[in-house]
Amino acid sequence: MDPQPPEPAPDAAAPLVIKILIAGGFGVGKTTLVGAVSDIQPLRTEARLSDRSLGVDDTSGVDQKSTTTVAMDFGRITLHDGLVLYLFGTPGQERFWFMWDELASGALGGVVLVDTRRLEECFPAIDYFERRRLPFIVAVNGFDGAAAHDAEKIRVALDIAPDIPIVQCDVRERSSGKHVLVTLVEHVLTLTTKPRRATGRSAVLATGRSGGCSPP
Amino acid sequence: MSDGDSSDKDRGAPRRWAEGGPERLYVVTGGRNRPAERVALDLVALIVARGAPGPGAHPEQAAILRMCTNPLSVAEISAYLSLPASMVSVLVGDLIDGGQVEVRAPASAAALPQAAVLEAVIDGLSRI
Repeated sequence: MDPQPPEPAPDAAAPLVIKILIAGGFGVGKTTLVGAVSDIQPLRTEARLSDRSLGVDDTSGVDQKSTTTVAMDFGRITLHDGLVLYLFGTPGQERFWFMWDELASGALGGVVLVDTRRLEECFPAIDYFERRRLPFIVAVNGFDGAAAHDAEKIRVALDIAPDIPIVQCDVRERSSGKHVLVTLVEHVLTLTTKPRRATGRSAVLATGRSGGCSPP
Repeated sequence: MSDGDSSDKDRGAPRRWAEGGPERLYVVTGGRNRPAERVALDLVALIVARGAPGPGAHPEQAAILRMCTNPLSVAEISAYLSLPASMVSVLVGDLIDGGQVEVRAPASAAALPQAAVLEAVIDGLSRI
């Protein structure tokens, strides 16, 4: 029962592609979330982290020339007007994925999926998005029996900025998964439009970093 | 049944990347493991075939041309062919050199997306 490529649609114009990362600890439900909202059964791809991506300070048991192979599950949502979202579940168990620049490159943003019983497992994902200045939101997966947590308590525990949305979700539910994605895109929209409102013009300004390092 | 390592078991299939051993990957790419003088293709770069595979085409490349009559991402090609994304990059690189495919880089890679695009995404998500 191998997955098959989809039948060609009549319109072969290249759609606009948007990449979203779903991150979090191992077993938190990343692939379940991808599968709940994807048009296709989650597919798996495999990519290599070159030694360039593995930092120089990590020499413990790692050969300088070795590469690490990471497997990722991903899904696709085809929206209207030739707009396609790809959702990549970041590898949860491999040690080095968060040193991987290529994964974040070109991504719209990320969802950090959190299991409140194992909060600390999402720290690498939050560090990853913060370091790359990639917009992200936190989605708290409501496992059966898990106590509903106050969003502000989670914010304090995760030490994230006040403007980062925190949503409750059930990753098995398509509507819940959609809500998570909409929340992320709305958050990105807020970040994109803020500078524009402030200056009243220019999309160019809107693409600059909000902090704005002054030129030398 | 969620992340990574469990799903191979769930599918009841052996780890398919190993199918045929590493020799297969070596032969398929002619011994190369990265595209020559080219930045690796983004996982969501879309590949579009310009025509049908000619006679004598490499089986994997012919397969790529057949499945890319409609734009398909590198990640999807990788999944459907059970080849690592880096190998797909090599194969697609040859097809680019031969003028047999076009690559559409992901729009989001160039700049932060415009508000209109984001609004279209939100609108689209609320409709699915």
